[in-house]
Amino acid sequence: MPKDIYDVVVIGSGPAGLAAAIEAKKTGAEDVLIIERDKELGGILLQCIHNGFGVEILKEDLTGPTYAQRYIHEIEQLGVELLLDAFVLDLSPSRHIYAISQWSGFAELDARAVVLSMGARERTRAQIRLRGTRPAGVYTAGTAQRFTNVEGYLPGKRFVVLGSGDIGMIMARRLTFEGAKVERVLEIMPFLTGLTRNYVQCLLDFDIPLQLRHTVKRILGNHRVEAVEAVQVDEKWQPIKGTEEVIPCDTLLLSVGLIRGQQESRRCARSGDRRPVRG
Amino acid sequence: MARKNYDVVVIGAGVVGSMVARFLSRYRLDILHIEKEVDVCMGATAANTAIIHAGYDPVPGSLKAVMNVVGNKMWDTLAGELNIPFERRGDYVVAIGEEELPALDELWDRGVKNGVPGMLMLSGAEVRRREPDINPKVSGALWASTGGIADPFAATVAAAENAVMNGVTLMLETKFEDFVMEDNRIVGVKTNRGTFGCRWAVNAAGLYSDEVMHKAGIRPEFKITPRKGEYYVFDRAEIAVNNVLFPVPSPISKGILVTTTVHGNTIIGPNAQEIEDKEDCSVTQAGLDEVWAGAQKLVPKLDLKYAIAVFAGLRPGGNAPCETPGVNYGKDYIIEIPDKVRGFVNLGGIESPGLVSSPAIAQRVVDLLKDAGEKLEEKPDWEPIRPARPRFRDMAPEEQKILIENDPRYGRIVCRCEYVTEGEIVAEIHAPIPARTYDAIKRRTWLGTGRCQGGFDTPRVVEILARELEVSMLDVTKKGSGATMLARRTKDVEG
Repeated sequence: MPKDIYDVVVIGSGPAGLAAAIEAKKTGAEDVLIIERDKELGGILLQCIHNGFGVEILKEDLTGPTYAQRYIHEIEQLGVELLLDAFVLDLSPSRHIYAISQWSGFAELDARAVVLSMGARERTRAQIRLRGTRPAGVYTAGTAQRFTNVEGYLPGKRFVVLGSGDIGMIMARRLTFEGAKVERVLEIMPFLTGLTRNYVQCLLDFDIPLQLRHTVKRILGNHRVEAVEAVQVDEKWQPIKGTEEVIPCDTLLLSVGLIRGQQESRRCARSGDRRPVRG
Repeated sequence: MARKNYDVVVIGAGVVGSMVARFLSRYRLDILHIEKEVDVCMGATAANTAIIHAGYDPVPGSLKAVMNVVGNKMWDTLAGELNIPFERRGDYVVAIGEEELPALDELWDRGVKNGVPGMLMLSGAEVRRREPDINPKVSGALWASTGGIADPFAATVAAAENAVMNGVTLMLETKFEDFVMEDNRIVGVKTNRGTFGCRWAVNAAGLYSDEVMHKAGIRPEFKITPRKGEYYVFDRAEIAVNNVLFPVPSPISKGILVTTTVHGNTIIGPNAQEIEDKEDCSVTQAGLDEVWAGAQKLVPKLDLKYAIAVFAGLRPGGNAPCETPGVNYGKDYIIEIPDKVRGFVNLGGIESPGLVSSPAIAQRVVDLLKDAGEKLEEKPDWEPIRPARPRFRDMAPEEQKILIENDPRYGRIVCRCEYVTEGEIVAEIHAPIPARTYDAIKRRTWLGTGRCQGGFDTPRVVEILARELEVSMLDVTKKGSGATMLARRTKDVEG
C-alpha cells in the first residue's frame, strides 16, 4: 500500500514525469511516488518504437521504449515508489489525493508537492468537424500506434492519413512496414506540419504521396470505412468545387494535433473537495 | 433458446418495442422480441435530443398529444422501477424579441387543451435570471415544470432487459422478412433466422414500420419519410447550460434546442431535413451550419471550440391522418389493431415525442389487446424492478472504496474522461442482454463519449470484449457485422 504522505507525488510517467521524479529524488526529496495509469512506466514512449529519441540529451539514437528504460532504471535505483495501473480521481488544493488501483484499492494520500505530467490528448474527428458517416475504422494516429506497436494488431489494410503531423507520418511508414497500403497523406495547410526529417524518412522514402491544401470532405461507409472523399481547399480553407476525389480505403487515421493536458490539470487543482472531477 | 411458437412476436427493439415487450411481460404470454441489429436501441431511439416533453407541442386531439401527456406522467414510476436516469427539471420555450411572443400564447393554449399541468409564463428578466447565458434579447418564455431529460439508451436497455428478466426471449440480428398469413390472420413471422408461429405480431419497427405494415396488407398509402436531425455535443467540463431551452417551433419541428443531458453535456440540435435513405446518419456541412446558427440565437456564448462530437439521427415521420373528428393533422401516430387483419398490433410513425410516449404506447397496446378479447392474466411473480448495476463515477468515495474491495476490477479506470471502470464493462458484457460490441458498451456505460472520444479506451475495450466473449480481437466489432475494428495481427502476411 502507498504511504499516507509523500514529499513529491508525480502523476503520469511519460518523459516529463520520469525526469521530474528523478530530479526530485536527486535534489533531496525523501519519499517520491509516481502514479501511472498504465501497467508500466514510460507513457506514450512505450508505443513509439521508432528511433530518434535521446539524440540531444544522451547523444544516442534510441527507440522510445529503450529511451524510457534508461530513466526507468534510474527510477528503480533511486528507490522511487510506484503506483501502477492506477488513476487519480481527485486532487484537492491542499494536495490531498484520491487514487485507485486494483492493487491498492481506494487510496488516500497527501503530498507536499504534486507534479502534473499527464501528457496530452489527440484531437478527434469532431474537433476538426469531419463530416459523413460514423463507421468503424476512424482512429487517431496514437490509438492506431498503440494497436500496432503494443497490442500487435493492424487496425486496417488500406489507409488514408489526415494531417502531416509527426505521429501520422511515422505511422504511415510503420503501417507500410507491416504490409498495409497507405494511399495518401492529406494536409489542409499549404505546408508540412511535422518535421522535414520525417517527411523524407517516412513518406518520400516509401513513395507515400503527400497532398498539401487537401482535406477530407466526408467519410463514406456505414459499418466500416469504405472510402473518404478528399477535396482541395482554397486560401480560406474552403473546399474547391470540382476537386473532390473518392479514395477507397478501410481506415482513416487522424494526425491533426494534440490538446494540451493543462485543462485537466487546472480543473484538478481547483476542484477542491467536491466529488471526483470528471473530464 | 428460441422456440417455434409464441403468443406474441414484437418486431423492433427501439424504445417503443422494448417498452411493449416489458409491459407485456407482466402477463402469462410467451413473447419473442426480435431486432435486426446487433443490439437494442440502434435506430431512431439511438440519436435524438433525449427530452421527456411536457406535451404542449403536439396538436390537441392527436394521438401524439395524448400519448405525450399520459406518457410524461408515467416516467417517475418507470424510472424508479427500471433504475434509469431521469430528471424532471422543466423545460423552456424561449421567445427572442417581441415578435416571437405570440407563439408562446399559442403553445400555452395547446398545453391547456392537452392537459399539461404546471405551465408558467415567464418574463424576459426572469428567464435571464434563471439562465444567465441566454440571449439578452429574450422577451419571455413558457416554462413547463413537467418537462424532463432522460437517457434513451438506458431506458431502452433497461426496458428490454426487464422484459428478458420476466421471460421474454430476445433475438438480436434477427430481421423481419414477412408474415405468415392464414386467411386474414397473422399466424407467424418469417425472419432470416427462421419462422416463428404467433397469435399476435406487434409492429414496432420504427423507420421500417411502413414496410412491416405493408407486408400485412395494411395502409398501403402509409409512408415513413425519414427526417434527419444533426447535433453537436459539447465538453461538459467547458460549457454548461443548466436547462432545456427550446426556440419557438416551426411548422415541421420543435426547432434547434440548446439543452443539457443527464450526463452533463450540453447538446445543440436538431435541424430537420427530409431524406429518402433510412440508413443515412451522415452529418453534413449544411446541417451543422444550420444547427450552429440556431443554437447561437438562443445562447450566443456557445463556443464551437468545445464541441467534442457530432451525430445525426433519423425521425421516423409518418403521414397518418389524425382520426379525431375535426382535427386536421396529417402526421399522427398509428396505434391500432386493424379490422382488416387479425393478430396484428400496428404502431407506425412513432417519431418525437416518442421517447416520452413509449410507456403510454406500451400501456395502450396492453389495453388494445384486452379490448380484442385477449385474456391477459397477470403473472404472480412478475418483477417490475430492474436492478441497476454499479456506476463508479456516480458513487461517493466511501461507496467506491467498498466496490473496489469487493471486486478489484472496479479499481481500474478504462475510460479516463468519463471514469468508466473495467468492472462496469465486464458487468455489461455479462448482463441479461450482453453488450457484445464497442458501441453497445458505450451506450450502456457512456465510455468513450468524452474529450478524447475513445482514443485511450478503445484498445482496452477491444481487449476486454475479446477476453470476456472468448473471441479473437479481430472479431470484435464497433456495431455488428461488417464493422470490425482490426484487420489482422502484425507480422502476419496479407491473406
